[in-house]
Amino acid sequence: MPRKVLDQELHRLKTEVLVLGVMVERSLLDSVEALQKRDLQKAQRVLELDRKVNAHRFALQNDTIVLIATQQPMARDLRLLASILEIASELERMGDYAKGIARITLRLGDRPLAWWPIDIPVMASKAADMLHRTLSAFMSEDAAVARAIPQEDDEVDAFYVRVYRGLITWIVQDPSVVEQANWYLWAAHNIERFADRVTNLCERIVFIATGEIQELDVYESPVCIESPAQNASAGE
Amino acid sequence: MDFRPKITVERYYLYYGDFCALRDVNIQIPAGQITAIIGPSGCGKSTLLRTFNRMNDLIPNVRVEGKVEIDGADIFSADVVELRRRVGMVFQRPNPFPMSIYDNVAYGPRAHGVRNRAKLDEIVERSLRDAVLWDEVKDTLNKSALALSGGQQQRLCIARALSVQPEVLLLDEPASALDPISTFKIEELLRELKKHLTIVIVTHNMQQAARVSDYTAMMMLTSEEERSGTVIEFDRTVTIFTNPRDPRTEDYVTGRFG
Repeated sequence: MPRKVLDQELHRLKTEVLVLGVMVERSLLDSVEALQKRDLQKAQRVLELDRKVNAHRFALQNDTIVLIATQQPMARDLRLLASILEIASELERMGDYAKGIARITLRLGDRPLAWWPIDIPVMASKAADMLHRTLSAFMSEDAAVARAIPQEDDEVDAFYVRVYRGLITWIVQDPSVVEQANWYLWAAHNIERFADRVTNLCERIVFIATGEIQELDVYESPVCIESPAQNASAGE
Repeated sequence: MDFRPKITVERYYLYYGDFCALRDVNIQIPAGQITAIIGPSGCGKSTLLRTFNRMNDLIPNVRVEGKVEIDGADIFSADVVELRRRVGMVFQRPNPFPMSIYDNVAYGPRAHGVRNRAKLDEIVERSLRDAVLWDEVKDTLNKSALALSGGQQQRLCIARALSVQPEVLLLDEPASALDPISTFKIEELLRELKKHLTIVIVTHNMQQAARVSDYTAMMMLTSEEERSGTVIEFDRTVTIFTNPRDPRTEDYVTGRFG
């Protein structure tokens, strides 16, 4: 006895999660590109996309609740729907990090900038790629892939440390750039947090597939940065 | 919650003539808990339930093999009248006797030799209170039980079962003929009763099993050829409904069976 209505709706909601995820992935890449190219129009479009992300998230959560109320899902179906509620919130928060980067671009305006930390776009590509593969793992409900992806978070953290050190060196050489450097650091921090939340998504995928709730970030992200004062005195 | 078995079933088989209706059933029903038996129609849920107070003895050509014990004592060598006092039963359709509310509840104690009017009054009141029916009928105890609503009749049947102070209460689809409000009342009642009783409930309604029970037994036919019923999975109800081990249980609880 197949459950046609339930199965169709489950498939549709999974596809909607994918759509939401792709919007968020696009937002991150666009926001970093806008920052790098001082493209204020593109930054504006990221803010517009964020409003769509928010609306999409609420519609998705509403449809999920309606399906739970009307179809009484159980077992794996129930785990999937409960996870979709959470994944939708996570993706929306990840979209907010991209929005934050777009705001930084608008704040910096079109003033010429003396220096650009090349690791920022690399870091953003890595984080977006992690999200992209996580969305595939969600569609196929693949626990093995979902368990592997969070291990790559170390790479993003390492990029963040490099961006940080580069900016400190820049400030030491020319203290007048401190404000710009501070905004760049904020942008890098947003990307780092974006990648952290990929781990939360992966935890939900493992739960859908196996019923196990498992922490996938076994230790705290090793973003161990010395205080700026220490760095400055070390003469970096 | 410690798991203390009240009923133990091991390698249990039940035959109707040559037909094997229950095959190799193994299950332990925990004391002081509500255990739901779920599974598709015709998989032997009611037959297994009726084993526990030997209601199947009434059917001709029934033969059983294997072990069924209550508190470690074999039920097949027990006195059947005493067994049925200890193990009460409530059926799908409310079946009050065509007599007064009072006489319905007093029927069991009278059959077991209670004659003292004051003692009977006390039993009737206690049983009706335990079945959460007392306040609704205390002024009409001498009226016919058949005048009660369906939900009230079913609670009267539960009061009747409770009147002889059983240790186990078996319920076969007790709410399937009732409206939602009466159903919730029965479910509330069962949660109260499990403080003193071991409860086993057969239900087709999976939401009801999920709502009301602590443990769930999933029954299924062994194969299309044999068509014997057996217990394929037994676990805490939360596990059965969120993450069952057997893919057949998953198919059944998600509604994809068959």
